[in-house]
Amino acid sequence: MEIKILGTGCSNCKNLEKATREAVAELNLDANVVKEEDIVKIMGYGVMRTPALVVDEKVLVYGRVPSVKEIKEMLSK
Amino acid sequence: MSDNSFSISNRNISKFLPLLLLPIWFLLYSNLQWLTDKLVNDVFGLTAGTHLTETLRFFIFEVPKVLMLLALIIFFVGIIRTYFSPERTRKALEGKSLFTGNIMAASLGIVTPFCSCSAIPLFLGFIESGIPLGVTFSFLIAAPMINEVAIVLLFGLFGWKTALIYVVTGLIIAITAGWVIGRLHLEKWVEPWVYELKAADHPEDEKLTFGKRIKLGFEAVKEIVGKVWIYVMIGIAVGAGVHGYVPQDFMSSFMGKSAWYSVPLSVLIGIPLYSNAAGIIPIVSALIEKGAALGTSLAFMMSVIGLSLPEMIILRKVLKLPLIFTFIGVVGTGIILVGFLFNYIF
Repeated sequence: MEIKILGTGCSNCKNLEKATREAVAELNLDANVVKEEDIVKIMGYGVMRTPALVVDEKVLVYGRVPSVKEIKEMLSK
Repeated sequence: MSDNSFSISNRNISKFLPLLLLPIWFLLYSNLQWLTDKLVNDVFGLTAGTHLTETLRFFIFEVPKVLMLLALIIFFVGIIRTYFSPERTRKALEGKSLFTGNIMAASLGIVTPFCSCSAIPLFLGFIESGIPLGVTFSFLIAAPMINEVAIVLLFGLFGWKTALIYVVTGLIIAITAGWVIGRLHLEKWVEPWVYELKAADHPEDEKLTFGKRIKLGFEAVKEIVGKVWIYVMIGIAVGAGVHGYVPQDFMSSFMGKSAWYSVPLSVLIGIPLYSNAAGIIPIVSALIEKGAALGTSLAFMMSVIGLSLPEMIILRKVLKLPLIFTFIGVVGTGIILVGFLFNYIF
């Protein structure tokens, strides 16, 4: 599973990264979490509000930081 | 995990919690003055009328008042905001003519969720879908300047009239400044790579139930109040000090009506000064009490809140310096005119 966190380095982007890593660890997923900070690439996902959570190139959430529990639910689907 | 057990019960309660909390809120809020007096006079046993007592009374009354107002309003605004998004705003603005576009962009700037950290993706997203530069600027001026935190503080510390004046003049500045920038045709001062971006399909909006929207309202309260409470405390502490210790009419000589130069000077000082509305408004409210003119104070607040150095630095990634200076110049001139106007009227 390829997980990307889109964000240009604001505090919420860091919060989302932390929550996602926690969710991945709790679910014992074999996933690669990377941070995408390049604004041109971020725009490629059509996102106007950061941070955003992208799983296997699909944008799941943007513009807010979901809870660890919510991320776990999304990743389990 | 404590996180799990909490959110399970949270889901059931979250729909009813507002109904439960509202009466408590009103009871507490309507008795705040009584509680403050009780605390200051009986518990602390302070003599009324001294500098220290009145400073403390001001602080103990204003901090919970403003924080409670903030929590209440942000909760409702948080729910309303779940119905708006930059993506929808962009769709609404597509193909609008310059003037109508400016009016819509400035108005939508108030309700669309915005954080200066998202200014760049938002700017790019607007330009990408062909929204004119001037219309985009109307949005970028209104969104940070007119926000719920500023409105609540103005309402709480100045009353509804000043809050309304701030919103209306802020809107007029955003509309006119955006329109002027649009007429100047400054596209050449936008970094060229911006226009080479290809528009991407934006992801589907999340489908939200009403329960979920209420939960997001609570989250907005947690996030925003969690961020600004410290500024509210510091701002009101300074304001309380001014309230208790600075002599009456102390400010009138340099921020009063007679000092005409104080308006442009306040705006100039306000541009590099960076504080959010929560920190600056309580201080300005105390200055007005000590003789600062309303127009001058209004101009100072708008300049501090609406024009900020960090945002300019962020925007530098997509705008060339001449455009940033034009932006500051046009908006700054608008704010100065508003300052003069209100000093003249009141």
